[in-house]
Amino acid sequence: MSAEPALLEVEDLVVRYPIHRGMVGAATRRPRRNVHAVEGVSLSLRQGEMLALVGESGCGKTTTAQAVLRLVDPVSGSIRFDGRDIVPLGARELRPLRRRIQVVYQDPYESLDPRFRVRAAVEEPLLIHRLGGSKKERLARVQEALRRVELSPPELYLERYPHELSGGQRQRVAIAAALVLEPDVLVADEPVSMLDVSVRAGVLNVLDGLRENGLAILMITHDLSTAARFAQRIAVMYLGRIVEEGPAGEVVRNPQHPYTKALLSVVPRRDPRDRQRPQILKGETPDAVAIPTGCRFHPRCPVAEARCSVEDPALEQPATAEDGHRAACLLLPSR
Amino acid sequence: MTAPLLQVEDLHVWFDLEEGGELHAVQGVNLSLEPGERLGLVGESGCGKTTTALAIMGLLPSSASVSGRVLLDGQDILAGGEAAIRPHRWVDIAIVFQGAMNSLNPVRRIGDQIVEALELHGRAKGDTARARTADLLESVGIPAGRASRYPHELSGGMRQRAAIAMALSCNPRVLIADEPTTALDVMVQAQILELLDGLCRDFELALVLVTHDLPVVAQLCNRCAVMYAGEVVERGPLETLYHTPDHPYTRMLFAASPDLGAQDDAVVSIPGAPPRLDRPITGCPFRPRCDSAFAACEVVRPDLLPVGAHHDAACHLNTAVPA
Repeated sequence: MSAEPALLEVEDLVVRYPIHRGMVGAATRRPRRNVHAVEGVSLSLRQGEMLALVGESGCGKTTTAQAVLRLVDPVSGSIRFDGRDIVPLGARELRPLRRRIQVVYQDPYESLDPRFRVRAAVEEPLLIHRLGGSKKERLARVQEALRRVELSPPELYLERYPHELSGGQRQRVAIAAALVLEPDVLVADEPVSMLDVSVRAGVLNVLDGLRENGLAILMITHDLSTAARFAQRIAVMYLGRIVEEGPAGEVVRNPQHPYTKALLSVVPRRDPRDRQRPQILKGETPDAVAIPTGCRFHPRCPVAEARCSVEDPALEQPATAEDGHRAACLLLPSR
Repeated sequence: MTAPLLQVEDLHVWFDLEEGGELHAVQGVNLSLEPGERLGLVGESGCGKTTTALAIMGLLPSSASVSGRVLLDGQDILAGGEAAIRPHRWVDIAIVFQGAMNSLNPVRRIGDQIVEALELHGRAKGDTARARTADLLESVGIPAGRASRYPHELSGGMRQRAAIAMALSCNPRVLIADEPTTALDVMVQAQILELLDGLCRDFELALVLVTHDLPVVAQLCNRCAVMYAGEVVERGPLETLYHTPDHPYTRMLFAASPDLGAQDDAVVSIPGAPPRLDRPITGCPFRPRCDSAFAACEVVRPDLLPVGAHHDAACHLNTAVPA
């Protein structure tokens, strides 16, 4: 393990969304209920590292990211950024930190204002944060950001509108608009899932290059192949919890948790001869309103035993895994 | 020689553009499908794969003009217009769309929609239709009790299953599935692929799987046609295409997506973007993005020619020697 302290350290994060009871519900004193979106997530992210948060829709990966961005308020838990807990901070104190934690969303068709030229779209964050000095200096920063996402020469793109760009180019502009503030952490929420296969790799390679130059990236994705190829660490989420976490290669080659094993087995491979025997789980992820007792995965788990419905497993390193590789399953041999 | 089950010959589709001019979306597609065969139709957005599927179904909007032939058991179903295709649509050829909300009526219960399809095509009536609907839902893994649900009460995976049940209501011989799993989670995708696999076997269905996702084709199909800029640039048995791709586009497309089975392979994107289809294309449409283009590629558009057993490709590298 690296001695360097983590840049971002999330501990025991809990985020719940209340369900509105409505007038009738309130009048009849129907109990208040919550969507348990994130239930005790801990993760850490270092400089120059990409952590992929992997899981199916509704597992809480995007909510975790939104909490890190301080766009939703956690019920409990801490988010330490550069040594300081940012959960208790108010809007005013957060403002200088927001520059340092930036985000890129899934859909570059939605995230870019169609009336803004590339130059304006990338410059706007500087204006909002009152950075970048004179007009000339700001332009230099915009050009530099465009070069970093490999839209070069920047002059070719500055005056274009989003509709004049391809999907891959738009996503690069969105990344440039995040980079222009020189953040330390980039949250990338499904950054390539809307793009055509042929251009995905280009955007992913840009992110990979930025990471090599020291950027810390929290990537939210449902695509294990991408996570395995580009991330240093993978955290697999299920129903608001991280069920397995470790070095990307280890998680893919030596998965510990039955859920990770099943997920990996159903990822289609390119080679038609490499048809896996998929271990298809029955049913769908249960409702995050009524979390199963014990291990939350036990109702769908192919190897669950009686105790799994009672005991809630902690995320620990089993004897069968390397250092830094943890899983939350009662059936794994303890170290 | 008997005619193939479904054959598409020299299919062209043009769309009238609002701002004038035409978009040549499909530019001479040739395909054939034997009973029980599973064909993957693969390509990037805008390559014409969905337009080809809609043209086969006769479901293109009125702004489209079509030429070419679509032969079912050797009979042209395209030439006679709506009157010629109507008896075959859903009965012989059915389609499932991406995002099942497009195939299901949001304000009607799923069971009623399937009953309606059965009655409309004179397959069954009243209680018989209800019983048959229950069977159909059962066969796609929906408990019959859920027949009274509205589409919005079902999950995405369940909706897609309901859409598949409806497509199968008249026992078609060909099922076209247009990006059937694209909006779904990987585990639900696996469930739907397993379902399609089983249905194809049980009902002896021939399948056309339209997708941008090569690995999905690799899991489900035995043949593959790769489309680019409105035409088929390579087609053949899936293993041949993966292990010995002939067209540079096929090769580059395989190399563009990360693969769990080949973690160490470099992932390389294809530079540039597909050509605009609202203006004529000279030479090979892939030339500006191709890593092996030479002089002839700028001038002559390559034809789809045999390069091996049941394997065709449209690339000058096969016929001319690079200067």
